[in-house]
Amino acid sequence: MIFCLALFGTLALVTPLLTRLLGRRVFAVIALLPAAVFVLLLTWMPGVLAGTPVVETVAWIPALDIALSFRLDALALLLALIVTGVGALVLLYCMNYFADDEPALGRFAALLLAFAGVMFGLVTADDVFVMFTFWEATSVLSYLLIGHYTGRKESRGAALQALTVTTFGGLAMLVGLVILSVEGGTTGLAELVANPVTGAAGEWAIALVLLGAVSKSALVPFHFWLPAAMAAPTPVSAYLHAAAMVKAGVYLVARLAPGYAELEVWHPIVIGLGGLTMLVGGWRALRQYDLKLLLAYGTVSQLGFLVMVTGFGTRDAALAGVALLLAHALFKATLFLVVGIVDHAAGTRDWRKLSGLGRRMPVIAAIAFVAAASMAGLPPLLGFVAKEAVFTAELDAALAGDAWGWIALVAAFLGSVLTVAYTVRFVWGAFFTKADVPSTPLHRESPAIGVAPALLAGASVVFAFAVPLIEPLLAAYADELPGGHEYHLALWHGLEPALALSAAVFALAALLVWGRQQVARMQAAVPPALDSARGYLGIVSVVDRLAARVTTAFQVRGLAGYLAIIVVVFIGGLGTAAILNESWPDGVRLWDYPAQPFIAFIMAIAAVAAAIVRRRVTSVLLVGVTGYGLVLLFGMSGAPDLALTQALVETITIVVFVLVLRRLPKQSAVHPTAVGRATRTVIGVLAGLVMGVIGFVALGARVEPTIAEGLPALSLEAHGKNIVNVMLVDIRAWDTLGEISVLVAVATGVASLIFVSGRTGGAPRLDELPDRRNRLQPVLEPASSIRAAKPRLAEVDDETDAAAEAHGSRQTWLLAGRTLSPRNRSILIEVLVRLLFHPAIIVSVYLLFVGHNAPGGGFAGGLLAGLALVARYLAGGRYELGEAAPVDAGHLLGTGLLLAAGTAASSLLFGLTAFESTWFEADVPVLGHLSIGTSTLFDIGVYLVVVGLVLDILRSLGAEVDRHQEEVEADPEASDPTAADREGAPA
Amino acid sequence: MTASLTLVILMAVLFGAGISVMLERSLTRVLIGFLLVGNAVNILIYLMSGAPGLAPILGEGVDEGEISDPLPQAFVLTAIVINLGITAFMLALIYRSWWLAKLGAKGDLVDDEAELAEDAEETADLIRSSAADDEAIQSLIEASDEEFDPLDEELEREASTRDTDDEGARR
Repeated sequence: MIFCLALFGTLALVTPLLTRLLGRRVFAVIALLPAAVFVLLLTWMPGVLAGTPVVETVAWIPALDIALSFRLDALALLLALIVTGVGALVLLYCMNYFADDEPALGRFAALLLAFAGVMFGLVTADDVFVMFTFWEATSVLSYLLIGHYTGRKESRGAALQALTVTTFGGLAMLVGLVILSVEGGTTGLAELVANPVTGAAGEWAIALVLLGAVSKSALVPFHFWLPAAMAAPTPVSAYLHAAAMVKAGVYLVARLAPGYAELEVWHPIVIGLGGLTMLVGGWRALRQYDLKLLLAYGTVSQLGFLVMVTGFGTRDAALAGVALLLAHALFKATLFLVVGIVDHAAGTRDWRKLSGLGRRMPVIAAIAFVAAASMAGLPPLLGFVAKEAVFTAELDAALAGDAWGWIALVAAFLGSVLTVAYTVRFVWGAFFTKADVPSTPLHRESPAIGVAPALLAGASVVFAFAVPLIEPLLAAYADELPGGHEYHLALWHGLEPALALSAAVFALAALLVWGRQQVARMQAAVPPALDSARGYLGIVSVVDRLAARVTTAFQVRGLAGYLAIIVVVFIGGLGTAAILNESWPDGVRLWDYPAQPFIAFIMAIAAVAAAIVRRRVTSVLLVGVTGYGLVLLFGMSGAPDLALTQALVETITIVVFVLVLRRLPKQSAVHPTAVGRATRTVIGVLAGLVMGVIGFVALGARVEPTIAEGLPALSLEAHGKNIVNVMLVDIRAWDTLGEISVLVAVATGVASLIFVSGRTGGAPRLDELPDRRNRLQPVLEPASSIRAAKPRLAEVDDETDAAAEAHGSRQTWLLAGRTLSPRNRSILIEVLVRLLFHPAIIVSVYLLFVGHNAPGGGFAGGLLAGLALVARYLAGGRYELGEAAPVDAGHLLGTGLLLAAGTAASSLLFGLTAFESTWFEADVPVLGHLSIGTSTLFDIGVYLVVVGLVLDILRSLGAEVDRHQEEVEADPEASDPTAADREGAPA
Repeated sequence: MTASLTLVILMAVLFGAGISVMLERSLTRVLIGFLLVGNAVNILIYLMSGAPGLAPILGEGVDEGEISDPLPQAFVLTAIVINLGITAFMLALIYRSWWLAKLGAKGDLVDDEAELAEDAEETADLIRSSAADDEAIQSLIEASDEEFDPLDEELEREASTRDTDDEGARR
């Protein structure tokens, strides 16, 4: 069974591709799968009937005792045969129903096939949670299939209604299933039925599970979604909303009945709602003009009937119920398929416009007559056999003094009268010649479209005569319920009370048909007391509005207001917890060393000042003070790696900040704040207080010794003396791999945000071909700045023009001469940076390699190299950067990540676990004793990623922003956001 | 374990200042708040080492009992570098939003009243369209319900009025 499910999944995945090749003929191919499963199931039938269900189990979540377990007993087999048999025929029918150019045909075919698989899983699953998963999957697939015509409002509305209602029920059902599995101590469905959960827990659980079943099978008050679902293509209506999905609720009732029919809540829900649904559905079916809606309300009615009978709780009723289930699947699918053909041929489903179809489509009409007769319960058809059995079972129960028996009997009797009446309406409306309606013009349909309905209708006849053949399967399930085993399904039982009831049904129905006008008037006069569709729409609209109102109420102040709410909740929640706390640290030191309070004092002042000042650059520098303060704190208390990294990061951060801020207005805009200044201050102070207390408490709460005690030994084992670095590249390498992945994502994000089209590449180069990429075109800063600033040097005092000369010769040591205006240059810095650049790179490589044993490592080394690039850029402009790092930033990032991930994966190839390190050692001059291991390779990867990140930041926030600015300066008229504010800039 | 009160207070001050700046509407200010809070959190993690000791680098004459707890250091180190990445990303966001929205003198200010009104309108549109979908299917279903034939009714009414007219005429 699991293999079959996997096949369904795989074939559904490739179906869209197949559709591209085969067009609508794909349906014939995919229909083979359910057909094959159908045959396979038939071969299993003897074993199942002999009392040995087919069982398959694969462990899934052992911790929760959830397994992929499947169990094919008689009931599951019956449903599975219906699902696969009808499924194959409906898929076959689709081939002639759709045209090759139907939009989204591949998706439709895949979804329909997937649905068949999911439904098969649903009826065979033995684990309640696996069954629930399939249950919800059918809801989702039904949503997608109903909404097939995505452009139509009706389709969308109907799809959403069906999804909302069935998942609401499904949610209730999940709660019920959890109660059942916890109380019953197992998730096996068969075991839960064999050893039922009783008492209040059982009552509640079953009530909730039945709520799910009731919503899925469209019982009152959830019945409205099923007629709405008729917005789907007709094959979907025939399969999902007649034969398969809506039967899931009936299946669940039938499945649970042997164990739970005696509970208090069972009969009111099953018989009460079932009977009511049968009458409401029949009543509304009797007034439909649209043939499909007529059938839909008929289906609602029949589903109520089915739930009522299968859940009745006696052996005979269960036998009648499953017989009815089979009969209904056969005749209702047929009728829907016929309506699809009529719709296709005539272009309408409104019977007021149909006339004379019976004469001109005799075969289709004959098929419809047979199926309709089975629906009405006329002999000699399966519907008749089933209905006789129902009447007998309920009459027996009623005569034995069961009050529910009487209720069920009356509901079934009246419901059957309505059923006959709307069947007549259907047949007459669809096929008869109406005197006042002109003959409907028809398209010719391919005869092949009639194959599927013909086979289904044929089954209704054959099974009626071959009842002894199918009875063993039905009885194998029914015998699980209490009651005598004498009753047998048959076409002719002799002159029994049930036959008299049937005759009375036909007589009353004839009266209804004869007095059609009076009935119609009565129906119009009775207000729709059970119009729960209106109620649903009301609830949905109220929920929508409420959600919108709540959202706007909380988010009305934008980001700041929203953040304030989060922080206030944080203060309230954790603040309360902090106040109630009872474990405080044993002792308090005022400071670790005398310098600490001084550094901390300066940092605190800087932080508060940063919060107060309004000039952006000033506040950034003040934040920088806190950052450099951290460097001191780390450096003075035994954390040299942190100090080194923090110092490098802080410098780069400030530079990058300034790079962006130069384009923004100097002051933060003065504006009405969403959160008032006083409020902000209060929230800030309180949040700080709470954090302080939390930090204090956290220190006191620690009772276990630190795990750091084992780290030195581990570190030496990894050939490293610098424990922090060994942790990064070896002990916690997974964590670091995740981190550099974040860095790669961030670098990509930065570049994507700044470069609008295409984010790959390095910093702009001088010798790039102009046509290679427009934005990288070496724009020599001709710019206004040189010309406008002053006359060319050569013209002034006979000196050579450095810029002009440099333009001719390519090998200039200082590039800025060619690309920057003299105003923006400082020769001293350029030379200094140029001289220091290579030593800095060498030091960064040194840091990378000694990091295992001394402060340093990939992060620090990469940051230092990055800082060297920052210096080159600041001194010489963006072309200088391009010459300093003539590589694609993306290549650096990619190589780095590949190296790091490769280190993880390569050890797998040698049969080790991921990231397990290996080494070789050597004495290297200058660097000393080195042991190069896989963790070193990993560190090189980290190094490359960090360099790539800094390069990406520089070429985006530096070089590209420069270019924007120059563009704007060259063409101030262009839509420039800064044009306005520079004119009206605050003094 | 004992704690250095100085560091706890410093962490609290940085955190409080950071939060209060974060609640402003200017994105640059939010980023400044983020940096302050980031530093505060790094101090908090670092606090968990307890009393500081020697650098966690093993060598000749280094007693394993004397070194600082290296675990928080490894955490903080990655946090520092990630902070750099996030800062750069937010700066790029700020620049881009300023550039695209052409905010000009308003700088990096976002979500003003006009935008809120737009949001509200969008929500209303969403509700309206989903209600329209529901209405469409509902009216489709109701269209199929048999109405009491209005023509018959009219004929009857005419007939009855004729009767009464006749009666009136007779009188």
